[in-house]
Amino acid sequence: MSTPMRPFDRRDFLRVSALAGGGMLLGTLVDFSRVDVLGAAEPAGEFEPNAFIRISSAGVITILAKNPEVGQGVRTMLPMLVAEELDVAWQQVTVEQAMSDETKYGRQVAGGSTSTPTNWEPLRRAGAAGRQMLIAAAAATWNVPAGECSTEAGVVHHRTSRRRATYGELAAKAATMPAPALNTVPLKDPKDFKIIGKSIPGVDNLKIVTGKPLFGIDVTVPGMRYAVFEKSPVFGAKVASANVDEVKGLPGVQQAFVVEGSSNLSGLVPGVAIVADSWWAARSARRRLRVTWEQHATAQQSSAGFQAKAKEFFAGAPQSVARRDGDVAAAYAGAAKVVAAEYEYPFLAHAPLEPQNCTARFADGKMEIWAPTQAPQGGRQLVAQTLGLKPEDISIHIVRGGGGFGRRLANDYMVEAAWIARQAGVPVKLVWTREDDMQHDFYRPSGYHKLKGAVDANGRITAWENHFATFGDGQRFAQAASISPNEFPISFIPNVLFGVSQMPLGVPTGFLRAPTSNAIAFVYQSFIDELALAAGRDPLQFRLDLLSQVGAVPASQGNPASPVDAARMRGVLELVAEKAGWGKRTLPKGQGMGIGMHFSHRGYFAEVVEVNVSPRGEVKIVKVWVAGDVGSQIINPSGAMAQVQGSVLDGIAEAMKQEITIEGGKAVQSNFDDFELLRITEVPPVEVHFRTTEFPPTGMGEPALPPVIPALTNAIFQATGKRIRSLPLARHDLSWG
Amino acid sequence: MKVTFSVNGTNRTVDVPADMPLLWILRDTLDLKGTKYGCGESLCGACTVHINGAATRACQVPASALNGRKVVTIEGLSADASHPLQRAWQELDVPQCGYCQAGQIMQAAELLANNPKPTDEDIDAAMYGNLCRCATYHRIREGIHRAAQIAANPRAASRTRDDDAAAQGAS
Ligand code: FES
Ligand code: FES
Repeated sequence: MSTPMRPFDRRDFLRVSALAGGGMLLGTLVDFSRVDVLGAAEPAGEFEPNAFIRISSAGVITILAKNPEVGQGVRTMLPMLVAEELDVAWQQVTVEQAMSDETKYGRQVAGGSTSTPTNWEPLRRAGAAGRQMLIAAAAATWNVPAGECSTEAGVVHHRTSRRRATYGELAAKAATMPAPALNTVPLKDPKDFKIIGKSIPGVDNLKIVTGKPLFGIDVTVPGMRYAVFEKSPVFGAKVASANVDEVKGLPGVQQAFVVEGSSNLSGLVPGVAIVADSWWAARSARRRLRVTWEQHATAQQSSAGFQAKAKEFFAGAPQSVARRDGDVAAAYAGAAKVVAAEYEYPFLAHAPLEPQNCTARFADGKMEIWAPTQAPQGGRQLVAQTLGLKPEDISIHIVRGGGGFGRRLANDYMVEAAWIARQAGVPVKLVWTREDDMQHDFYRPSGYHKLKGAVDANGRITAWENHFATFGDGQRFAQAASISPNEFPISFIPNVLFGVSQMPLGVPTGFLRAPTSNAIAFVYQSFIDELALAAGRDPLQFRLDLLSQVGAVPASQGNPASPVDAARMRGVLELVAEKAGWGKRTLPKGQGMGIGMHFSHRGYFAEVVEVNVSPRGEVKIVKVWVAGDVGSQIINPSGAMAQVQGSVLDGIAEAMKQEITIEGGKAVQSNFDDFELLRITEVPPVEVHFRTTEFPPTGMGEPALPPVIPALTNAIFQATGKRIRSLPLARHDLSWG
Repeated sequence: MKVTFSVNGTNRTVDVPADMPLLWILRDTLDLKGTKYGCGESLCGACTVHINGAATRACQVPASALNGRKVVTIEGLSADASHPLQRAWQELDVPQCGYCQAGQIMQAAELLANNPKPTDEDIDAAMYGNLCRCATYHRIREGIHRAAQIAANPRAASRTRDDDAAAQGAS
């Protein structure tokens, strides 16, 4: 694990302050620009052992939150790690969002559930280094050995002489102490943790419950105007003509112009910008905007067409083979049972509740951006490339996002705002409508699987074959459209064939919470149940047996060809079965329990769903049980529980009712009436258990999602005898009796 | 057009287009950013405020309908975050991203004003139209029950999730 941290360098600090535009924004933007504030009036005697800690002589202890917060809790959790080893009380800490600055803070991204595993050790070491320098300062002041000093809640003690000094009192002296080497500074014994392991409420909760400006959409900068941006519903089509002159004359409108853009869907796409005195004026003018879009090559694409193309692929051999172990044909010949089935799942939108937005100001060749982004550094690159700016001339304030789910890993709204602000010559806040957000997402791609598998007379899976039809240009997959050929259970099976066929796609795709796992867990965990049924085995026992099988590549932790640790998977499976009382109750027709498990983002999750399906086919989820293994420590139990329950409910919403349909090259759905979210009335109890293991802690934002989908569809099979091979459930008639 | 209405107890006069929704008047004209835009079509509840005491979707109320009305937003729910819902939401760490929560709280505040001890069914009926993309629904429900307790006994010591977990383990 590389740590980007180094001793604080005063020049860095000043550079950040200068980048941030000096103190110009003080009056209006205190919440968003404390870096500016502090840079403008840096008090004497401040102690900054590294980029993450600042202690003033007055005793203000500030911890920098490095990564973007989009509801996954890292603005609270990451500072907890620093505070623990700095040995301060949580109530003493002020958390401040860091600017985007890779040199100073290292990788700043909210994605892949990586914040925990990549920061668990470095941020604790940053805190420990600060503590060590404060102790050194006290020891030097009192002329006692550092080893005789201890710390507690922001105070250094020398117990034998009954002397004490607060961190604030020691700040000026500590700043002159040599910084310890980060890789050797000692860390606490976990049994001494006072903050890690406690439920710490979100640091922004007070602002949230009192309605203070906090989110991207709340940003205000002096002289700011409001922008809307109309793009072609057929993704990436160019503007042929637009009545911009007429629009310019509408009330409140300041400017209207065509943005040429390009048909590269991950860049700045063509459209028409309207800049007005208020967002409502811009939005009203947009209703009078008439754009003729050029013919576009992908205007014939549709979900039905993709499905037909997949069928065509399935009639032949895959275009390429990504993994071949043993000999599936021989396994089929010697099998007790052979099962074949086709599965598919639709495009999905992210639909974070805060629509995409971004504020940008361009002055004197420098671009300043306020963005609710999950990937500010990617945004900087995109803006630099598209606008021909130097990356160092772009500063980005990381602003809280109203939900992310992977949507804000893309920075399309950022490059749009930057372009519009520069062309308009005024600071602008670009705010998308909900319809823009729904119809210009980077969708979870649909996918199609033709599966075949075999079991022998002992109920062991002897062959597993998947022909995966997906999107790509033949060279490269569309984003988030490739699935690892090593996904469980492949490495536990001796004879495997994983083939892939690609079709072209003119729809932007991207990472949705637990990307690829949110799809493949449904397919594989359902098919495992189909094989269990063929073998006449209980789905739980069948999985436990499968975990003790040996494939062609031995499974082990960290082996990329077979990343699943069977013991950890078995651990969560047994735990969830015990908690759910698996097999202990005989359920009547219409009721059923299903099980699913999945390894993703370094986390192991097994889940049981109990359903009640009425004879008319209405599904009620009675309860969900979850068992997870994310290593040795749950850092913030409140946040962890929220992420697990949220992930489970997110998976349920995807399984039950969500779908984006492509027709005529466009997304059909446009708002929450046709792309529905879960409601409070649809929420089952979700009981969560963690199994602690000796592995370093890993992230919670995603891995609990994938197993719930097959656990649900497997439960529906148990209840009704209906095997669900496509999503969402809303497409299916589940009536029985 | 000019309209005069009360916002959080203060009379305000704004000169805006007649069709401009209250949501955008609050956010952009009066700089009250707590009320959120989620859908603009009465589908999500993120923009919920009280108009003359009734929970209302601010995205659906045009300026022309505002004269003389009394509007209360999340900023005006209490002067010091002391409303039982605001307290309960913090104690129980209800928000994830937090974007829906102003609307959730304003909707729940109307419920509690009319029904100090709501059942789960009452909560379902009142909160049905307030979407939470992060699906914090378990805690929203818990938060409303807790707020009802706090309202009944405002001096009760605040609790944390760890207190609750410990109490559950002991029972
Ligand atoms: S913004 Fe008003 S209900 Fe969604
Ligand atoms: S907390 Fe994120 S939408 Fe409700």
